[in-house]
Amino acid sequence: MEKPQIFDEMNGLGGDALRAPYAEFSTWFESENPSRLRKKQREAEDLFRLTGITFNVYGRAEASERLIPFDIVPRIISGREWARLSRGIEQRVRAINAFLFDIYHRQEIIKAGRIPAEMIAKNEAFLPQMMGVNPAGGVYTHIVGIDLVRTGPDEFFVLEDNARTPSGVSYMLENRETMLQMFPELFAKTRVMPVSNYPKMLRRSLAACAPEMAGDKPTVAVLTPGIHNSAYYEHSFLADKMGVELVEGNDLRVIDGRVAMRTTQGYKAIDVLYRRVDDNFLDPLNFNPNSQLGVPGIMDVYKAGRITIANAPGTGIADDKAIYSYMPDIVEFYTGEKAILQNVPTWRCSEADSLAYVLDNLSDLVVKEVHGSGGYGMLIGPTATKKEIEAFRRKLKARPANYIAQPTLSLSTVPIFTKAGLAPRHVDLRPFVLVSPDRIDITPGGLTRVALKKGSLVVNSSQGGGTKDTWVLEE
Amino acid sequence: MLGKTAGGLFWMFRYLERSENTARLIEAGLRIALTRSGSTDEEWTSILQTTAVLEGYNAVYDGVVTRETAIDWMLRDRANPSSVLNAIDAARSNAKTVRTALTREVWEAVNDCWMSLKDALARKVQERDLPHVLLLIRQKSAFVRGALHGTMLRNDIFNFARIGTFMERADNTARILDVKYYVLLPSVAAVGSSLDNVQWQTILRSVSGEGGFQMAYGQEPRAREICQFLILDSRMPRSLAFCAAKICSNLGYLASDYGLRHPSHEMCDAITHKVNGLGIDEVLDKGLHEFIQTFLKENSALGQQIEVDYRFYQ
Repeated sequence: MEKPQIFDEMNGLGGDALRAPYAEFSTWFESENPSRLRKKQREAEDLFRLTGITFNVYGRAEASERLIPFDIVPRIISGREWARLSRGIEQRVRAINAFLFDIYHRQEIIKAGRIPAEMIAKNEAFLPQMMGVNPAGGVYTHIVGIDLVRTGPDEFFVLEDNARTPSGVSYMLENRETMLQMFPELFAKTRVMPVSNYPKMLRRSLAACAPEMAGDKPTVAVLTPGIHNSAYYEHSFLADKMGVELVEGNDLRVIDGRVAMRTTQGYKAIDVLYRRVDDNFLDPLNFNPNSQLGVPGIMDVYKAGRITIANAPGTGIADDKAIYSYMPDIVEFYTGEKAILQNVPTWRCSEADSLAYVLDNLSDLVVKEVHGSGGYGMLIGPTATKKEIEAFRRKLKARPANYIAQPTLSLSTVPIFTKAGLAPRHVDLRPFVLVSPDRIDITPGGLTRVALKKGSLVVNSSQGGGTKDTWVLEE
Repeated sequence: MLGKTAGGLFWMFRYLERSENTARLIEAGLRIALTRSGSTDEEWTSILQTTAVLEGYNAVYDGVVTRETAIDWMLRDRANPSSVLNAIDAARSNAKTVRTALTREVWEAVNDCWMSLKDALARKVQERDLPHVLLLIRQKSAFVRGALHGTMLRNDIFNFARIGTFMERADNTARILDVKYYVLLPSVAAVGSSLDNVQWQTILRSVSGEGGFQMAYGQEPRAREICQFLILDSRMPRSLAFCAAKICSNLGYLASDYGLRHPSHEMCDAITHKVNGLGIDEVLDKGLHEFIQTFLKENSALGQQIEVDYRFYQ
């Protein structure tokens, strides 16, 4: 098979034509002393460690705190490119919310034959308890992260929608903070759109979705599984920046039909709970009875319209990887427009023809678990060994409906700073979207994840990926 | 403010104070070893006793106390819940839990303290590195205290942090006196006689009080004055009277902040009155040991009442 040409976002398709958004950065970089930059790179890591921006790695005997490597070369997007992306993202997020409302009400999309009924009914992420429930302001996904990949100057694809509890926004903010501290001169030359008001917007957006019974100043809190959770840093960071309490399940209980938190002066009712706990653990009375992380009875309070849970329970049905393959139809069905952002072509292994194709072409495809995340449990055909492919083939045959497959895209690269200078590495992008009853806000930028190993396509932090600051230039 | 947060602050600062006090006691012990010939194992036994870890130690080491094992037990043994390493871990875990209540400076100071000490205590500390490591423990917790004073609002968050600090400190000073009371007693009886030089040095050193004592009471240490200094002297920041007064005023701020007094306020007032109302002769006449025992008991009961009044756990 011929090797596809790779698009480098700084140096173009052949890697030898500097692209306009990077012009000023490139001039600056050329004039810098590499040893100073290396020192800065180390300083950045010390800064991250001191701030405690670490994550816990699962599946290790000793729970260890690790840094996500940070690369000092920014990923730069022009204002024009961003404008188009934003339109596509907004359209998609609107469609996702409309889809969720429909799925938990009349299910018109199924009646119209655009999605098979069993796709929903048999889906683990579908919550029957949400049928007929009306979230305050009609918002299901208050916070969304859309994972995008790029393959050429104008080719962007949505890789994945994160409609449950997207994480990583603290890295978007801290990466920028770090760059501002280390290279203030860069920002004096280049006009980069700010991201720093995200926490304020988040608070505003959450407050705007408070139940009607809440007063002018709704009480907002962030629910975390606790200090051992891999994203705890982010939970405390967001609560801190929003100026709201960070609560755990054992701080909360249902009193007089409200969810209330235990304060030094007694129990105080909460109006909006930004939860970073999965649906299944949210309420031991309604879901997993063994959960220690949730609040017994919170679902009943929610259904009575006496608290807003963000994101709403049951939103996972919209970011499920099998549903993903229907997204172009979903966007069209609810917005009446063609989807601006393309999907990656996807084979649903639950369908016999697709399964046969996938089995025949395993070595060229990426195969993912429908409910998997974090880069676990997936097969990357082109880089897998024969043994790995055969092992995966058995798993796939045993439970075909558990998998989808996609072609391996030739993801774009952005240079990272290595000992030998700049070197291209594959990246993806997760912009963060806030949904209120009256508006959708997309923070200009997002989280750029980068595979640090040469040629690697896996950008997940749990698999050795790093991050970059993401710049959107003002036009 | 969440009850859990109040509890986290209280314990974060108790643990920081504890690790600092342990470092100070080890320093005092090392000093004795340098100035005294012959076996000092007895001294290490009393230091283990002062830090309230002797029982655990004996269970592991069958009652055989050597300087090396005693120091390792207090500094870094994971089986000792109050070892400096465990205390710093606990302080930092609590700091993580209450991260939103802390300024960035305080959080970074405690995180830096944890990173440095975890590193310094990763392996058994060599004899020649001990002074440096002990200094590091004291310095790093002083940075946290400095950041607390320099950057935090004087609100309920600050008050719970301070209450934890002084509860632990009072407990520590009382234990030092209690373990050493047999040293002090005979000389109290023999009015006017000087104490064994080394013994009084140990006591004053372990509360960083040598210089302060000299300034306030002159060169010649007498048992009565040392007791006065450590129990009743409100100028001495580690005396029982000082700690009790601080706890009272911090609890007082909470009461006026929240507009509500709790049983813990009454208990604290009673302790302060008792400490302030007595002269040192009365304390000694009634029995130093009994006085200290009562103080320790009341101090610990106060801690438990604060837990309940401010809903740390339920």
